[in-house]
Amino acid sequence: MIKTTIAAIDTEKWIRYTMILMVCIWLAVVVVLPLFQLLSKSVVDLEGNFVGIANFIHYFKTPSLFNSFGNSLFVSVMTTIFSVTLGFLYAYALTRTNLPYKNFFNAIAMMLLFSPTLLNGITLVYLFGRKGLVTLGFFGAIPGWNIELYGPVGIIISEVIFTFPQAVLILSVALRMTDARLYEAADSMGASGFQTFITVTLPGIKYGLLSSVLVCFILAFTDFGAPKVVGGNYNILATDIYKQVIGQQNFIMGAVVSVVLLIPTVIAFIMDRIVQRKQVSMIAAKSVPLQPKINRFKDRLFLIFCGFISLVIMGFFATALFASLVKVWPYNLNLSLDHYNFNRMGGGGYSAFFNSIKMSFYSAVVGTAISFTSAYLIEKSRGMPLMRQAAYFLSILPLALPGLVIGLAYIFFFNTTSWNILGFYLPNPLNSLYGTMAILVLSNVVHFYTVSFLTATTALKQLDREFETVSESMSVPFYKTFFKVTMPVCLPAILEIGIYYFVNSMATVSAVIFLYSADIPLAAVAVANMDDAGDIAPACAMSVLIVLTNVVVRVGYGLVTKGIRARTEKWLSK
Amino acid sequence: MSQKANLKNSGYLRVKNIDKSFGSFRALKNVSFQADRGELISVLGPSGCGKTTLLRVVAGLEKQDSGEVFVGDRDLSNYPISKRNVGIVFQSYALFPNLTARQNIAYGLKTRKLKKSEIDRKVDALLQLTGLKGLGRRYPAQLSGGQQQRVALSRAIAVSPDILLLDEPLSALDAKVRVMLRLEIRQLQQRLGVTTIMVTHDQEEALTMADRILVMDQGKLVQEGTPHEIYEHPATPFVASFIGSMNFIGNAVKQDQGVYKVGEHILHVSGENGSAQIKEQSGAILAIRPENVMILPNEEGRANVIKAQVEAIEYRGAMFRVGLKLPLGGDTKVLIESDMPSEKISRLNISENMVIPVHFPTDRLRVYQA
Ligand SMILES: Nc1ncnc2c1ncn2[C@@H]1O[C@H](COP(=O)(O)OP(=O)(O)OP(=O)(O)O)[C@@H](O)[C@H]1O
Ligand SMILES: [Mg+2]
Repeated sequence: MIKTTIAAIDTEKWIRYTMILMVCIWLAVVVVLPLFQLLSKSVVDLEGNFVGIANFIHYFKTPSLFNSFGNSLFVSVMTTIFSVTLGFLYAYALTRTNLPYKNFFNAIAMMLLFSPTLLNGITLVYLFGRKGLVTLGFFGAIPGWNIELYGPVGIIISEVIFTFPQAVLILSVALRMTDARLYEAADSMGASGFQTFITVTLPGIKYGLLSSVLVCFILAFTDFGAPKVVGGNYNILATDIYKQVIGQQNFIMGAVVSVVLLIPTVIAFIMDRIVQRKQVSMIAAKSVPLQPKINRFKDRLFLIFCGFISLVIMGFFATALFASLVKVWPYNLNLSLDHYNFNRMGGGGYSAFFNSIKMSFYSAVVGTAISFTSAYLIEKSRGMPLMRQAAYFLSILPLALPGLVIGLAYIFFFNTTSWNILGFYLPNPLNSLYGTMAILVLSNVVHFYTVSFLTATTALKQLDREFETVSESMSVPFYKTFFKVTMPVCLPAILEIGIYYFVNSMATVSAVIFLYSADIPLAAVAVANMDDAGDIAPACAMSVLIVLTNVVVRVGYGLVTKGIRARTEKWLSK
Repeated sequence: MSQKANLKNSGYLRVKNIDKSFGSFRALKNVSFQADRGELISVLGPSGCGKTTLLRVVAGLEKQDSGEVFVGDRDLSNYPISKRNVGIVFQSYALFPNLTARQNIAYGLKTRKLKKSEIDRKVDALLQLTGLKGLGRRYPAQLSGGQQQRVALSRAIAVSPDILLLDEPLSALDAKVRVMLRLEIRQLQQRLGVTTIMVTHDQEEALTMADRILVMDQGKLVQEGTPHEIYEHPATPFVASFIGSMNFIGNAVKQDQGVYKVGEHILHVSGENGSAQIKEQSGAILAIRPENVMILPNEEGRANVIKAQVEAIEYRGAMFRVGLKLPLGGDTKVLIESDMPSEKISRLNISENMVIPVHFPTDRLRVYQA
């Protein structure tokens, strides 16, 4: 009898159960609890007494604070309009015309993904700032043109550069998905090009369009890097949080502004989730890919458009590189590497750069391991539907959190030495992480968790559901199949996630700017601080280093993994 | 090995009173059956009737709400799949794409603490047995559908399972390969003597391969028996129409033991086919398979002969299917079908709208309660 009972215990199931539970607990600790602590700080006064929404009333009654809300909305909406329009035209050219060199044009647009928004701002300063290339009319060659960079103009241009590749990505996918048969039908009914566009093209990509609008809005609304550099006296929410916390040490108001920032973001995020779910159900239906018809006039027009955008992008990067290499802009244009000698500067110089590489590497390893394993447990376990749904929800949540909010929440959470729970003091075991490399890595792992998790989930969904079942039936423990089958087959996705973590951790400034300590300076933070101090040339040089590192890592990754990807493709081809 | 004689082998797999619901939907309703050692049992039924669910309960992949599963004298009802010693082949095969055919087959053996040479020997034997010799180094993507299916089968039987479970193992293959593999799987299964449950919705597959067939409908087991029993004596109109074709003549009234009134005609049924419980003067449904409906010239007036009008003649290759309109008196007419060899059609010169005598052999008519 006892023997039977022991044999009946499904050890595997319990191991999995425990592991999914651990995923939930881990996400609760690193996402929910810090967020909760942030929210609770927004409803207390400086002495820690509960004051309800008094802080918010104060916020909305103080014009100097409340104006930022309108400003943030304004720049994000403008950014969204420009970005989605340009992104749509560009994606349309890539998918629906006979544009030559499509791969090249695509690569150029995607180059922008490597550019931290700090660099966008700095480069704009070199182009349109007080001593900018354009402002001075190419050093006096032509009449100058002052666009009043500092303020909304600069922020909007930076954010458009930042969000444009995202819009292109989302809209290309949507445009590629539309069924060619619809176009044939429209053609056969003699619809004009414009009619077809209104009745077939737009409805076909409506979810993609909505999604790109929401994503661009969120990105622009929560970005910190560009407004920090080119915002001037134009206040927006992201810079307000920074000023409240770092400038005035007013953590309570920092929390209040964070909540104000969080609300539209979460709403847009939820809408995007709904839209994406609808889009997925649309992809599921079989569709015939569209072969663009040859239309000389249209093709030329789009070639000119894409050529122009590409020139702008290349000019943009060239300016950044050039500016970092000239002796004294704009007076002495001789090339030198002076600005890459950071020793005279504050901010940490090369030790900051190497710290960033270290941090990004750790974030890539830890983040990839955790996000892939969690996705595996959630996707490939049988039963426990409630736990898996909870874990899935918690995994999606970080995407709704702007970096600044994560950073501030982490200050509150990890800086607390103990919590007072109904009169009992509970010491915070995680307090020792404060000010270490670990908390920097952790903030990155969480900040970029959701996209990684979703990438892993998509890759896992492509594997047969029954791999696990078959192994179980042969009494092979699940972790063996995980290492022997699941991981090798998903290797390209795993490496992709690693690269994603690395590249973003290198460039990000928003979360870590609250969390780094003086003895662990970081490259992106150094850029912000050098810019603050007016050392714009070294700031530019450091940004260029960040971008170059990311390009080298990305290209190197492409070369190294070519074989792996080809092998996997062979396995999965039917 | 004489399996029938050995008492211990009868009822080797015993599935008792299985109930299984998904939410409020009852997928399995009190399903019980047994399989002898070495038997191949086919589970047949329309889509969504619960075949896969039953298989998954036997495998231990779904936990039944109530009921028991025994193999030999072991009560496996609460065991997880890893401890049931079952081999399983899915419709998709679920071959590991990054492992070669050999590695796939050896996958389950590796954890069993066998010597490498022993594993190699076993895998070689299996490759030989399933006609995969020389293909061991290929990856699944480099194998044809039929070959993949054989690798999946080899992998499942490599670990010497007590029970082999096949869920629509042939449905992903094209018709020719399917027919060939049917035979191969059957021979292999008999050679190994492994007790097998095969889910299918292809009646031909079930009829040609199985020792016994379980017919399911809406979560219930409606009939079990040998292919011959199921075909010749379908227990319900559902089974009758699901396996092969069946003509139904409703509105019959029982006059006497073996005597039914259909409209203005009287039809005799011999043997009653287990319908003795139908009361006299109560309604019944008569049924007959198309191949048993005879067309007889010059036999008017004989018992069980009714004149019918030819509605349609449909060419079916080796034979014709003739649609007949059967007048039952008044305006009531029943449409039935008769299968006839081409030779007979031309000999009797049968054409549309002809009126001909149709004979219903008494021993071929079946009776169901209305
Ligand atoms: N996990 C589940 N949750 C909810 N309902 C389920 C689940 N699995 C099966 N069902 C339902 O139970 C019923 C029986 O499903 P099952 O897969 O056993 O059918 P089947 O006979 O194998 O059909 P098919 O021939 O299409 O494979 C179906 O109505 C199905 O929708
Ligand atoms: Mg099924």
